[in-house]
Amino acid sequence: MAEELPDPDSSPYWEGINIEELRYQQCNHCNISIFYPRSICPNCGKPDPIWQTSKGKGTIYACSVIHRAPPAYKEDTPYVVALVDLAEGFRMMSRIIDCDTNSVKVGQEVDVVYRKDNTGNRIPYFTLHNS
Amino acid sequence: MSLKYACAIAGVAESRLGVVPDSTVMTLQAEAMVKALAEAGLEKKDVDAVFSSGNWGRLPQLQVAEYLGINPVYSDNTSVGGASFEFHLGHAAAAIQAGLCKVAIILYGSTQRSRRERRIFEAHSDLGYQYETPYGLPIPVGAYALAASRHMAQYGTTSQQLAELAVSTRAWASLNPSAYRREKLTVDEVLDSQMIASPLHRLDCCLVTDGGGCVVVVSPELAKSLPKPPVWLLGQGESHSHAQISEMPDLTITPAAESGKRAFAMAGIKHSDLDVVEIYDSFTITVILTLESLGFCAPGEGGEFVSSNRTAPGGEFPLNTNGGGLSYCHPGQYGIFLLIESVRQLRGECGDRQVNNATLALASGTGGVLSSNSTCILGLE
Repeated sequence: MAEELPDPDSSPYWEGINIEELRYQQCNHCNISIFYPRSICPNCGKPDPIWQTSKGKGTIYACSVIHRAPPAYKEDTPYVVALVDLAEGFRMMSRIIDCDTNSVKVGQEVDVVYRKDNTGNRIPYFTLHNS
Repeated sequence: MSLKYACAIAGVAESRLGVVPDSTVMTLQAEAMVKALAEAGLEKKDVDAVFSSGNWGRLPQLQVAEYLGINPVYSDNTSVGGASFEFHLGHAAAAIQAGLCKVAIILYGSTQRSRRERRIFEAHSDLGYQYETPYGLPIPVGAYALAASRHMAQYGTTSQQLAELAVSTRAWASLNPSAYRREKLTVDEVLDSQMIASPLHRLDCCLVTDGGGCVVVVSPELAKSLPKPPVWLLGQGESHSHAQISEMPDLTITPAAESGKRAFAMAGIKHSDLDVVEIYDSFTITVILTLESLGFCAPGEGGEFVSSNRTAPGGEFPLNTNGGGLSYCHPGQYGIFLLIESVRQLRGECGDRQVNNATLALASGTGGVLSSNSTCILGLE
C-alpha cells in the first residue's frame, strides 16, 4: 500500500481488514450497497453512507489466470484474479487462492480469507467454498 | 440539438508508424500535422483550435501547442484513453457550430515502442485503485481478460471465435503497406500463442508501436472550398461508465451502448446503411463487446458475428480495414487511426483494401478498461 494510504475514505475499510472484518457501505437513503468506500452514495448522491460488515461469502463474477504479471507480482504467477459478487450486493476485486488455478470458474462460491501480501499488508483474498 | 453536418474532416495523416527510434512525441505529432494540413490545403496559421490526448508530459496540451507554435482560441485536452479522438471530433463539431473556431486539429503521438514511455497505465495505487492494485491484475490486458471470461461464461463465446477476428484483421493488414504485421495468420497460431491473462493469448492483444496522427476538422463553409472532398460528421455520441474494471456495471455491455444509440439517432441511419466499420481493437474481445453494444448483433452473438471470415476482406461486413490495432499499429491510444481510415475509405484512397463505393462509415473508439466510448458516423454527403 502506498504511503499516503489509508486515506479518509478508506480508513474504516483497512482498519476492518486488520481485524479480519470485511466492511462495505450502505446508503441511508436508497439502501444500495456501496463499494469501494465513498463520502456520498454513487446512486442517489446523498452523503454519509453507513458502514456494514459483510459475511464474506460471494460468487465469482469474472476471473482470469494471470501468466504475465506486473513486475512486483512476477513470482506469484500463475495466479487467479477475480471479481467477486458478495452476498450483500457489492462487487470487489480479489484473488482466489489455495486452489488449482485452472479449476476456478465463473459462478463458483467463495469465502473470504485474510493473508499478508508480499508488501506485508493484510488483505482479503477468497478461497473456493468447501475446498 | 444535433451535430449533423456541423463540421467536416478536410485532411488526415499518419506520422511514420511502427518502430521510429529517431523521433519524439513532438516530432511525430509535427510530422502528422504538416502532412494533414497540406492535404487539407491549409496552413498552420489557419489553425485556431487544438485537441490532443496523451499522458507523456506534465501539461501535454500546452507542450504540444507550444512546440508546434499554435496559440489556439479553443483548446480541449479531453483524455479518456484511446477513444479520446472520437470525443474530440464531437467536441470540435460543437465548438465550430457555436462559432468558437473554424479550423481544429486533433493530434496524437507516441514513442512508447522505441522509448519505452509506457506511462499510459503506469500502476496507480491510490484512491479507487487501492482496492485493486494489491491483487496484481495487469492493466489493461487483465481487465479485458475478465470481461472475456464473463462473456464466455454467460454466452458460450469461444477462444476460437476471438482468434477468428484476429485472423480476419490480419488479412486486412496484409493489404495495407503501412501495417506493422502483414504475414498470414492462422487461428491455430493465435490459440497456440502465449497465454497472457486467460482467456486472452498474446495474439488476442494489440501491437505496441510508435506512431502519431492528425485530423483536420473545419467549418462547413470552409470545407466546400478545400481540395479534398469533405467527409461530414453525421452523428456522434459519447459516454463513460467507470475508470477501473471492478466498477464496470456489466462486463458484457460497454458505454458504446449509450454513445452508439445517440450517434445513430443523430445521423438518422440504420446499421445496414453502413459500408465500412472501424472499431477499436485493443483486444479481440473489445470488438465483440463493442459490436454487441452498438447493436450490430444481439447480446451474446458477437462471437458468432465475427466467425467464418465475415469481417475479412471480401466478407459481408468490412471491419477494421487498415488491419486495426491488432496488426496495423497501436501506439497506446489508437482512436485517431479509426478516423483516419474511415476518411480514406470514404474518399476511395485505400488501394488494395478499398471497400467498393463506401459512402457511410462508423468509427467507434473505446478507452481505458472498456471505460469510455465515443462513436462517430461519417459520410460523403
